[in-house]
Amino acid sequence: MSVVLPGAALGPDAPLPVTPRAIPHRGGAPNPSAATLAARFPQAVVRHEVIWGDTVVWIRAESAREVVRWLRDDAGERYDYLVDITAVEHRDALRPLEMVWQLRSLPYRRFLRLKAELDPAGPLVVPSLVPCYGSADWLEREVFDMFGIRFEGHPDLRRILMWEGYAEGHPLRKDFPLRGRLSRAEQLSRALAANPEARYSMEELTVADAFHELPEEMKRRLLAERRAGEA
Amino acid sequence: MATTRRTVEVALSTPTLGPNGELQRAPLAVGPKGEILAPDLPLGQEPDLGGEHMLINIGPQHPATHGVLRLVLELDGETVVRCIPHVGYLHCGFEKIGEYRQYNQIIPWTDREDYLNSMGNNVAFALGAERLFGVEITPRCTVLRVIAMELSRIISHLVWLGTTAIDIGAFTPFLWTFQERETVYNLWESWVGARLTTSATRVGGMAADLPDGWTDGLRAFLRSLPKTLDEADRMLTRNGIWVGRTIGLGAMNPAEALDAGLSGPLLRASGVAYDVRKDVPYLDYETYDFDVAVGTKGDVYDRYLVRMEEMRQSVRILEQALARLPDGPVNVDDPRLILPAKHKATTEMESMIHHFKLVMEGPRPPVGEVYVPVESPKGEKGYYMVSDGTSKPVRWRIRPPAFVNLSAIPRMVEGHLLSDVIAINASIDIVMGEIDR
Repeated sequence: MSVVLPGAALGPDAPLPVTPRAIPHRGGAPNPSAATLAARFPQAVVRHEVIWGDTVVWIRAESAREVVRWLRDDAGERYDYLVDITAVEHRDALRPLEMVWQLRSLPYRRFLRLKAELDPAGPLVVPSLVPCYGSADWLEREVFDMFGIRFEGHPDLRRILMWEGYAEGHPLRKDFPLRGRLSRAEQLSRALAANPEARYSMEELTVADAFHELPEEMKRRLLAERRAGEA
Repeated sequence: MATTRRTVEVALSTPTLGPNGELQRAPLAVGPKGEILAPDLPLGQEPDLGGEHMLINIGPQHPATHGVLRLVLELDGETVVRCIPHVGYLHCGFEKIGEYRQYNQIIPWTDREDYLNSMGNNVAFALGAERLFGVEITPRCTVLRVIAMELSRIISHLVWLGTTAIDIGAFTPFLWTFQERETVYNLWESWVGARLTTSATRVGGMAADLPDGWTDGLRAFLRSLPKTLDEADRMLTRNGIWVGRTIGLGAMNPAEALDAGLSGPLLRASGVAYDVRKDVPYLDYETYDFDVAVGTKGDVYDRYLVRMEEMRQSVRILEQALARLPDGPVNVDDPRLILPAKHKATTEMESMIHHFKLVMEGPRPPVGEVYVPVESPKGEKGYYMVSDGTSKPVRWRIRPPAFVNLSAIPRMVEGHLLSDVIAINASIDIVMGEIDR
């Protein structure tokens, strides 16, 4: 097996990266991928900016998968490493939610942040990146869990950090109070009343052949493919 | 081969073997409602469970899951057919709480996510916040932070080595590694006053400079650690049981590892030489002479070798850092960030107001966002912070390496035996505090 070396596409004479110094707040040399993206996807790319040395490309949310797949596969880009998927909601309720994808190209030693605006009033849906990167699976589940953003094409979009019966919504939304929506007493009584079988997913229950032992209400909910806590 | 011999033994003692020595199994009898009837079988004959899969639940409270991780496994005999991990039992909402805290007030929370690497998290957070504030730290602070990061890498790997050895059945290395780790915790204690939850950094510097004689303690540790590593090396690396229980398990090739988003020792064991210290340098890591350990097979054994070598390389880095540790101030000279001296705050009106404003209102970074990755013992860790110009971040996102690494566990364990799940899970080096946050 051969070893994959970062920076391999830059050639042997390329200078090694150094610790950045005196990074300007705005401006500076953008990542070359920003210009090629704008030329390749004039419809999808809105604008780009450089903040604290990182290039941020604003795209339209619905074209995220197409753009990312091209970035991953194009011989001049090769963004083979998905660093992170997350979202941002601003304190100003009128500002849109932002989806954030952070990608790294190991062969070219580039780092790119893609962002897309989502209208908080509309349906919060973006294409899933699981077909492009396997690592998107849990990261997208976390964004869904914490922000309620749905990922179209995700194979198994369910809560990950909160439990499946969690009924208080999506914790990282700004309208979610720090201590939760329910009182401590209510949270405790619900936890005590929880059915331990609810800790198994439908998929697991099929393996164990335990579906018929569930309470009627839960059977109906699972059969309707609804998850507890969903509107 | 052991298996052949066992078949022969069974053949000698059991009357219910077929002409070729294979076990004769009676099919299960099923009643009219689909229930399984107790079979009345002759001695030595077993019911045929062919095709029937079993659901096994490991955790969340299980010593071998290294925290409150729960794995639901579908087994065919002893072979794992499917693995469904469940996390979140330790979720505390760190990211939510961070939106209600000033930047310096978040640092104690970073101790508590990856608690084996608390010092490294403090440094990682301070690096991100300093870029957000646009300040450059002093040369002495840079070297102190390198020392902090490499020492916490060593103790994290030591805990990993000890606990993994216990999982695989070797108890003694645990005692050696925890003894060494104790030395580092004593060093932490004399530096910042805390052992586990260090909270050592501040935006723009450190909470404290090194006390007198601290570097002598570190030098003594750097002399004793390689001996312990050699002992563990002699005990494990060529040990038949260790090798047999780790080689070929959970192997990932470079393409799979990149697709799964692995980072840190796992990614390097799979043959991808990506190390944040080399490829996205910070704290002047490019000026230190050290090598990146890379494996070829990506199995549990390679991950072990990579981590062992990383500890030795950390010792090299620490020796260079000690040799170059410059004198000078630890904190930046910036009254926007750094509190006035205590004696001034208690005697001068202006300094007292300055102290009050900094503590009560907190420093305010300009509008912007940063992501500064560092190489934590678990992999690429970074804090993505968004500022709207107030003293508290709009969003504080932890990029948790162990979370992404753990998400690949179904690919690693499927097709392996149940007992190997423990070894593979240990090799990922998870800390649930970081995964659940």
